Amino acid sequence: MKIGTPKEIFEGEARVAMTPDSALQLQKLGHECVVETGAGEKAGFSDAAYKEAGVEVVKTAAALWKAADIVAKVRVPSDAEMKRLRDGQTLISFFSPVADEAKMKAAADKGATVVAMEMIPRISRAQKMDALSSMANIAGYRAVIEAGNNFGRFFTGQITAAGKVPPAKVLVVGAGVAGLAAIGTSTSLGAITYAFDVRPEVAEQVESMGAEFVYLDFEEEQQDGAATGGYAAVSSPEFREAQLAKFRELAPEVDIVITTALIPNREAPELWTEDMVKAMKPGSVVVDLAAEKGGNCKLTVMDEKIVTDNGVTIIGYTDFPSRMATQSSSLYSTNIRHLLTDLTPEKDGVVNHNMEDDVIRGATIAHGKEVTFPPPPPKVAAIAAAPKKEAPKELTAEEKRAAEIEAFKLQTRNQVGLLAIGGGLLLAVGLVAPASFMQHFIVFILAVFIGFQVIWNVAHSLHTPLMAVTNAISSIIILGALIQIGSSSLLITLLSALAIFMASINIFGGFLVTRRMLAMFQKS
Amino acid sequence: MEFGFTIAAYAVAAVLFILSLGGLSGQESAKRAVWYGIVGMAIAVVATLFGPGQGLGVVSVVLIALGAGVGYQLATKVQMTQMPELVAIMHSLVGLAAVFVGFNADIMINNMESLFAANALVLGATEEGSFTAIGLPKEVYEGLSSFGQLIAKKSQVEINILKVELVLGIWIGAVTFTGSVIAYGKLAGKVDSSATKLPGGHLLNAGAAALSLIFTIMYLGGSGSWTLVLLTILALFIGYHLIMGIGGADMPVVVSMLNSYSGWAAAAIGFSLGNDLLIVVGALVGSSGAILSYIMCKAMNRSFVSVILGGFGGPAGEQMAVEGEQVAIEADGVATALNEADSVIIIPGYGMAVAQAQTGVAELVKKLRAKGKTVRFAIHPVAGRLPGHMNVLLAEAKVPYDIVMEMDEINDDFPNTDVAIVIGSNDIVNPAAQDDPNSPIAGMPVLECWKAKQVFVSKRGQGTGYSGIENPLFFKDNTRMFYGDAKASLDKLLPMIE
Repeated sequence: MKIGTPKEIFEGEARVAMTPDSALQLQKLGHECVVETGAGEKAGFSDAAYKEAGVEVVKTAAALWKAADIVAKVRVPSDAEMKRLRDGQTLISFFSPVADEAKMKAAADKGATVVAMEMIPRISRAQKMDALSSMANIAGYRAVIEAGNNFGRFFTGQITAAGKVPPAKVLVVGAGVAGLAAIGTSTSLGAITYAFDVRPEVAEQVESMGAEFVYLDFEEEQQDGAATGGYAAVSSPEFREAQLAKFRELAPEVDIVITTALIPNREAPELWTEDMVKAMKPGSVVVDLAAEKGGNCKLTVMDEKIVTDNGVTIIGYTDFPSRMATQSSSLYSTNIRHLLTDLTPEKDGVVNHNMEDDVIRGATIAHGKEVTFPPPPPKVAAIAAAPKKEAPKELTAEEKRAAEIEAFKLQTRNQVGLLAIGGGLLLAVGLVAPASFMQHFIVFILAVFIGFQVIWNVAHSLHTPLMAVTNAISSIIILGALIQIGSSSLLITLLSALAIFMASINIFGGFLVTRRMLAMFQKS
Repeated sequence: MEFGFTIAAYAVAAVLFILSLGGLSGQESAKRAVWYGIVGMAIAVVATLFGPGQGLGVVSVVLIALGAGVGYQLATKVQMTQMPELVAIMHSLVGLAAVFVGFNADIMINNMESLFAANALVLGATEEGSFTAIGLPKEVYEGLSSFGQLIAKKSQVEINILKVELVLGIWIGAVTFTGSVIAYGKLAGKVDSSATKLPGGHLLNAGAAALSLIFTIMYLGGSGSWTLVLLTILALFIGYHLIMGIGGADMPVVVSMLNSYSGWAAAAIGFSLGNDLLIVVGALVGSSGAILSYIMCKAMNRSFVSVILGGFGGPAGEQMAVEGEQVAIEADGVATALNEADSVIIIPGYGMAVAQAQTGVAELVKKLRAKGKTVRFAIHPVAGRLPGHMNVLLAEAKVPYDIVMEMDEINDDFPNTDVAIVIGSNDIVNPAAQDDPNSPIAGMPVLECWKAKQVFVSKRGQGTGYSGIENPLFFKDNTRMFYGDAKASLDKLLPMIE
């Protein structure tokens, strides 16, 4: 198949969807490549470089659209380009199925296939083709650079011979790809960086980049980002209030604010209000990465840099990736190349548009004369949803109390029952037995009782020493033999002597062995 | 010295003994606890030696010294793996001593009777309308030993109670004696450790017990000392036959049970001699042994009666057939797995004790821990042949006790464990206890080592354990059999752990 890339005709767009490097890779898949003359000029790739990479260079856009079976470009095609799109042709580009609904329908009617780079599902396998992420990464980096360009101080704090320089304080709102890139850039420049996101689970990522996560004192259970394909969802009004209150508190302190909050297919939420801008120090900078969708700050003017009355610069550029065209072109073209690799499974130059494949199906918005948007939910979840921790059933105070009373009653019943039986038996014995016996019997009962109380506490690992000790002290029987040995009867003396001998073996053997065992127990 | 002083000394000794047992609740306090026991025993013996009615004091001291010598030899020579045998044989000594002391009491009663007869009196006769016994003339009474005086003061009812007590003491003592000797034989491998019974089984025991009861009644009726001798012989037989019928795997219960018996025997003798210290200590030991037996039974999920009645009960139905085959592995395979593992749990059993492999195991643990791996021991309550047997062996091999875990503490951790090593245990890791309701050990709590990612079983051969049950663990997919003597296997394995 022939893959063609025209020159971007959108005003100020410097990126290009195919680089000489990516063209070489595409040819390895069995494809032929073609570019319009001057397509890569603004991104720093000359026609000669393309030619060297074996790419055919055609003179006009019309010729290119005619020659190519697959057209890969960056921006949504203009009306003129839409006219050139023909039946059976495949278009790969950024293409918002919501904002450009009419164009999507037109393309479908024509019988062309449209693969929208925005629609690549956020699953691990598709990360290599996720152009939104690769572009957001650049935008995040560039946002900090733009801010620095308009900020009159150092990022990092310094103490120099010429005086002390305080470090800049940067607040990044929204810790998506762009936000994280901004955080990384900002911290590596030495600024004190704070970050906020409605998804509390990203706090760990934020902290891993060296920024401080701004927590809200808010109780509501926040929606797990995993449920919405890794993107933030709309938050409740209460949550929003808590969030804005926090920002108001931060506004006078921070020098640079970078807002990156976007919700898919919606107007950007207003997060940095006018009064916050007013509260900021003169010379501060706000970079609004959501300017294209209306901006996170209402003062933002799309594609422009304005300075407010109190001296706050607000940057509303939407072309951050384009401002670093070489870098972004090479990343974007790689995304395209990976997508084509998936479309060409046999590496034989034949495109197999497999609508069963989660990634291809998700990104295709027009195919076979039909609009194929929205796609069915992907079979693989974007991020493994955090398994809901099964909170142990919280018993209410009453239930707990009831359970305690129940257990207490049961215990009381058992104990009283045992006491009654034991007491009854004891009394029965007392009726027949003489007092001299009962005196000893009381001692016996108490000793058994103490034994039961004490032994339950013995550690399991000490059961063998316990047996050795009890064995040793059970030789207390020696006392009986000692009392008897002085008898006048020879037989008694003899038996007693034997008993004394045996019992004393036990006493010494038992205690010594116990000591030996216990001496071995040691803590590491 | 005054009699009151002896009683006071006994009180002190009793308190010390209680503290001694109570101190065993922790490893550190246990070291102090033994000293309490030793001091208590010393006080008790010295107080008795110098107490009233003691004759032949010098002979007694010499005998004690002799016993001390033998005891010292035994205690210092014994291998830690032979601890169960030692404890068992020492129980037998207490039992035999109780029998002797009991017989002495009987002889004393007979002597007293003839003495009373010589003075034209009847032992135990009471005055009309009074419970107080008519004593001997003062000059005769003064010439008696303290035990003789005690008997001389007793009325007929008291004499009968005394007889009941000494019968109990002798009977329990005799059962303890033969039972402990057999237990010793089984543990030392001198007697076949499988459960064997004479024809007639439990009926024989029951018959012997019934006969004992008849002889007791005859003895109380005044039939003479021959009944006591016969009763003793019966008790000796019961002790022998009872323990012969209990399999090797139940030995922890048996040993603690015999421990308990020796205590009750001492208590019974204490009653007949009217000695409170004997009663107190006997009761302490008796209840301690009873609790240990209860704990062991609970650990095997079996009732005390079923253990006493011997052997594992027959299977209730067809046992599940074990499918698959045992896959053997060599030392290098085990070493590779261990080198890669992060967490290891070792489950030692009686086989480790038999092979004297505990030092090898400790060495292995040391090496693995030095590499930063988590290594722990899982100890089943009935592992080995004595309660706490494995703990003592591991302690001997200088394994720190804080990595030695009880079953309940560690059973939940197996699914997160890379390697479980079973060394010489079998029934305590048998999944059939959970899976097969017809298994003889069904319901017994077991260590769930098969939930670990990989299980190695170090085992001598393909035989079954003491209970004679096939172990499905050995056939599981994640189980590898590491055949050979545990010690030799470890020696092969150790150099390969780097």
